[in-house]
Amino acid sequence: MSALEIDNVCKEFGTTRVLEEVSLAIDSGEFLILVGPSGCGKSTLMNAIAGLEPVTSGRILVGGDDITWRTPAERDIAMVFQSYALYPSMTVRGNIAFGLEMRKVPKAEREAAVERVADLLQISHLLDRKPAQLSGGQRQRVAMGRALAREPQIYLFDEPLSNLDAKLRVEMRTEIKKLHQRLGTTIVYVTHDQIEAMTLADSIAVMRDGRILQLGSPDEVYNNPADMFVAGFMGSPSMNFIEARLDGESGAYRLHIATDGEAELTLPWPASRETPALAEYVGRTLTLGLRPEHFAEEDARLGDRAEGTPLSARVSVVEPTGADILLRLPLGDTEITARVGPDCRVAPGERLGLRVDMRRAVLFEAETEARLA
Amino acid sequence: MDNVIRARTPAARAWRLALHLVLILAALWYLLPLAVMVLTSIKPLDEIGAGSLLALPDNPTLAPWLKAWGSACTGMRCDGVSGYFWNSFAIVIPAVAIATLIGALNGYALTKWRFKGAELVFAMMLFGCFIPFQVILLPMAQTLGWLGLSSSRVGLIFVHVVFGIAFTTLFFRNFYVSIPDELVSAAKLDGAGFFRIFWRILLPVSKPIIVVSVIWQFTQIWNDFLFGVAFSGHDTQPVTVALNNLVNTSTGVKEYNVDMAAAMIAALPTLVVYVLAGKYFVRGLTAGSVKG
Repeated sequence: MSALEIDNVCKEFGTTRVLEEVSLAIDSGEFLILVGPSGCGKSTLMNAIAGLEPVTSGRILVGGDDITWRTPAERDIAMVFQSYALYPSMTVRGNIAFGLEMRKVPKAEREAAVERVADLLQISHLLDRKPAQLSGGQRQRVAMGRALAREPQIYLFDEPLSNLDAKLRVEMRTEIKKLHQRLGTTIVYVTHDQIEAMTLADSIAVMRDGRILQLGSPDEVYNNPADMFVAGFMGSPSMNFIEARLDGESGAYRLHIATDGEAELTLPWPASRETPALAEYVGRTLTLGLRPEHFAEEDARLGDRAEGTPLSARVSVVEPTGADILLRLPLGDTEITARVGPDCRVAPGERLGLRVDMRRAVLFEAETEARLA
Repeated sequence: MDNVIRARTPAARAWRLALHLVLILAALWYLLPLAVMVLTSIKPLDEIGAGSLLALPDNPTLAPWLKAWGSACTGMRCDGVSGYFWNSFAIVIPAVAIATLIGALNGYALTKWRFKGAELVFAMMLFGCFIPFQVILLPMAQTLGWLGLSSSRVGLIFVHVVFGIAFTTLFFRNFYVSIPDELVSAAKLDGAGFFRIFWRILLPVSKPIIVVSVIWQFTQIWNDFLFGVAFSGHDTQPVTVALNNLVNTSTGVKEYNVDMAAAMIAALPTLVVYVLAGKYFVRGLTAGSVKG
């Protein structure tokens, strides 16, 4: 039995469809992340689970019970909001205990729960303060404490970290992950930050225009994207898409890339990554997807023993990030990003030899953006 | 304190001096009627006839105030405005409290529990702010008659509440729009219902707008004459009506000092309310326009 099951849920506002036949199921203790660009329906789906907005059709089940038409109060669900939504007139203690008070939990138990949660989140010294007296990070902790105190069946997080500064965001991300590992809670988490999605999730649902495009583990979504949108959305810097012409035959497919002012580049498609669909596309232009880290600087010491297909290009921009260097260089009719080691000493305008790891490349149909291989 | 950099040339200084002079004169001009009232109210009657309006009293006396309060004639009765003064409170306090509470509930429902047509309902309530008092005199008299509330204190309170709701709803609706919906969502998930959320979450943060609503309603209802004279019974007339009767009672000599004292007694409560809560009034009117 799933902890949470969304069954064919549709949501319409007037004539616009915000959710189209969304279905998914997660197990108890699973960390699900809904990710997608703004307006993709992820927050609407979250609100539907919370009971803040009715769905047009479909069912929502928690622990096997159909809760589609239950009020938020009747659902055993807690939510952490982007704005934290702490009750301004109550102390931190009052905020954390409010949900228990509404559920008529006896005072002694409420106090015990507040103590437990405050210990867990290290906010014991803040219990008598008002939200206005807290910093952003502290408010975030209180908001989580309010959810944790009730020990609901499901936790919902609606972009909880997006109001924090960069450093704090990374800290809280780790903290949320630790909490999840420790408490084994079932979490549905909405974000538009794909790094948060990759680092936190057991499974990721990538959404667009009210549909789930792909539901899978972070590894699957990253390395085996269902289509060009998922491939481009996950990863930073994002995947390079290059127009390439396919020719050859099964076992020896090749991709040809024409770059202005350069010799045509030919990349062999690894036989192990072949799909039957490719046969239909011989002679046609496809979209080749290569992530920045699929490129590496040519290592002269390795000579012919180096892996991958060699190519060379004139570097237009060099962006050191500290841990590594991002290079912009022309390939095909676009400019691509390559990620190389921090020791690379190339200057803008110079030519650089690179190797491409074609075993991790992906191929898409150019028009429908569907995955081919 | 002064955080503006100003030109320091002699011409600029002279210009500024002239400007201040004009402003001070204008302020004095506006204060003049009040000064005349205060001075007149503490002069014996013979000094009023003899001296100029602005002359200081030779023998200041509180007798006109005491007479206005306790023994001046308002029509047939001669026991001052004191009884009517308390009448006004008995009308104003419940009317203000009820209109404010209903306005707060309306504003809360219109913003946080949006229903189909909520905007239309609000627009129609806004319309109520622009209806002139005179227009509803006859239909309201008819309605009060049907309700059996003619010439009663309850009837007058009812009229003021009905008229006040349009304004209080406007105040609270615009205030609650600036309060994030997520606060209400969080409380719903925590298990609180409509009234619990109102009482525990919204009302505690509504102080500034409650003050605005109370001052506005208090001033409006206290100063009302038309409804007071049209809908109150003989014993429940508000102080504004009594003041009118007092000033218009024409037996013997016109007692200007008593008239002035009575007028000031009638105006005092609204002044006191504004002085006590005035800073919250401004704060409440601007609340929400700047993010706290």
